[in-house]
Amino acid sequence: MWDFFTTMIPIALAATAPMLLASLGGLFSERSGVINIGLEGLMIIGSFASALFISQTFTDSNSVIWIGILVGGLAGCLISVLHAYASINLKANQVISGTAINLLAPAATLFLAQTINETNAQHIRIISGLPRFDLPILSDIPIIGELFFTRMYTTTIITFLLVVLTWYVIFKTAFGLRLRACGEHPQAADSMGINVYKMRYFGVLASGFLAGLGGAVLVVTTSSEFNGDVAGLGFLALAALIFGKWNPWSVLLASFFFGFMRTLGSLATINDALKTLEIPTEFYNALPYVMTIFALIVFSRNATGPRAAGEPYDKGKR
Amino acid sequence: MKKFNLSDDATRKKLAPFASVLLGFLVGFIALFLLGYNPVEGYSYLFHGGFRGMASGDLRQFGNVLVNMTPLILTGLSIAFAFKTGLFNIGVSGQMLVGGFCGVYIGAILELPRIIHLPLMVTASILGGAIWAFVPGILKAKFKINEVVTGIMMNYIAFWMVQYAVGRWIPGRFVTESASIRDTASLRSEWMSNFFNQSAVNLGLVLAVLACILVWFVLEKTTFGFELKAVGSNQDAAHYAGMKVQRKILLAILISGGLAGLAGAAHYGGFANQLLLGGLPSQGFDGIAVALLGLNTPLGVFLSAFLLGFMNVGGLHMQAMAHIPSELVDIIISTIIYFAAISLLIQDFFKFVASKKRKNGGVK
Repeated sequence: MWDFFTTMIPIALAATAPMLLASLGGLFSERSGVINIGLEGLMIIGSFASALFISQTFTDSNSVIWIGILVGGLAGCLISVLHAYASINLKANQVISGTAINLLAPAATLFLAQTINETNAQHIRIISGLPRFDLPILSDIPIIGELFFTRMYTTTIITFLLVVLTWYVIFKTAFGLRLRACGEHPQAADSMGINVYKMRYFGVLASGFLAGLGGAVLVVTTSSEFNGDVAGLGFLALAALIFGKWNPWSVLLASFFFGFMRTLGSLATINDALKTLEIPTEFYNALPYVMTIFALIVFSRNATGPRAAGEPYDKGKR
Repeated sequence: MKKFNLSDDATRKKLAPFASVLLGFLVGFIALFLLGYNPVEGYSYLFHGGFRGMASGDLRQFGNVLVNMTPLILTGLSIAFAFKTGLFNIGVSGQMLVGGFCGVYIGAILELPRIIHLPLMVTASILGGAIWAFVPGILKAKFKINEVVTGIMMNYIAFWMVQYAVGRWIPGRFVTESASIRDTASLRSEWMSNFFNQSAVNLGLVLAVLACILVWFVLEKTTFGFELKAVGSNQDAAHYAGMKVQRKILLAILISGGLAGLAGAAHYGGFANQLLLGGLPSQGFDGIAVALLGLNTPLGVFLSAFLLGFMNVGGLHMQAMAHIPSELVDIIISTIIYFAAISLLIQDFFKFVASKKRKNGGVK
């Protein structure tokens, strides 16, 4: 049993990080009042940009990988401008605009990949990703150390630090208060002199950057290639955001739980301990979505989401 | 000839989809040019692909366009119908898959004469889609939970459940497909297929056209349709007028799900004759473009489904002849969706043009 957890938890942590990053992105966007269902597409953009950058400039150095991750984030940020402009300036339907990004991302990146690859292949491989390592000191802590701090990626630590940062910015700074005000009651925020458009731009661009980062982390840790797809991780991130009630700590727990389920799903037919349970792979994979629907029913009595999320802000209607 | 009057709101609204399509093609054209392809050559293959061979009487490619557009008519209709009631049914993909599964299951397992088997397959598909739409519907009606979020969740639950159910009950030769349905349950028709030179045109097209007519009739000619539209445009007013808003919402999404299930019957029970796994059906999302471009009207849906089907077939021809990846078509479609989302801007632009014209022409 113990062996089972020491094998599973580090894999689950690695699987959680990309999803968690996208979830945090969604948190910024929805807290500012803009629904972003384009997270999946933005992750695809990030995975493409980072894989392309790393594969084109690979020089055996770790710094290229790190720049590649940043490139992924910036690419996601760039594409999210489309969503921001449509939903903030043009007051478009945010769900439709997000859907457009989800459809555009795989099409555009696969098109580019085939154009760039001389073999017309639909994927971009990177030669080597980030190394795993045991975190000094912390990995020596009994029980917890072996579970959470061995065979880990630096990106996982950074992701965790970003959770702390997100919590701090959203709940402990004046800026965060203003951002939340724009998502709850933009008219009131505007009357207090807050520039709602600017705040919402920040929210959406942050979501693009973080989702892009998530796609890039996926490439340099677990998948090591771009293939036009992030296997529904963006939608799972959306589920984690809702399941975690738009709160960074709960989102962290929800993401980890979903990541753990996904790991169980992918190892259900390989791992001996899981094989004896005889639970099909599909069950583990579907469970997070089922639980999110149940969570929505439980939450619905006292709505917890940002109240103005999804509503375009029209200055004239103040 | 009646002249277009851009200062008229209704005219601007009707013109916006054409502008979206043109802008979509323009973006594709520029992308090809920037990436070093020959856009003129590419587009000529793209537009020619669907009509290839027609001049010499070979209707095979045109038949492929019809095959391609058949599920798109139904998913587009499904989304448009929900839009009319103010609902965004993004779960069409999952509903189509579950509907398709139910139909294929009936079609593969049972042994019946065609006259019973085929209607049973179609009915099972419609019911499957409707059942899958029930969850977002009831949650929206009872708890006011956003149907977009539940729709997305239900899409992925459908994907994994169908994956499991196919492997368990109707496994095919490969993991990405199910067993084939019996000929008695298939929408394939020898006559139609022969007419279009062995293309897979099937009775699904007839069902899709009938569905368009039926939806038009319900929305335009019945009290029920009027009430649905009333709920869609203003829930509070509809409630005040004595309409049962919750029931209308549930019924609307059930019908929308049924149409999505029918799309599953047409695609899996007519074109493929088996279930195809490995991803959510793309028609569920392309249907959004179809509905938006068609301004949520049955005739508009039919025409825009034709456009998308035509582009899909042309895209393959373009890939074969000009070595331009067929993903270009998806780039154009997603750009069209984006422009449809911001169609207000396009309408404002028309307004601007109209006001300019009036100024230049002087006040009459």
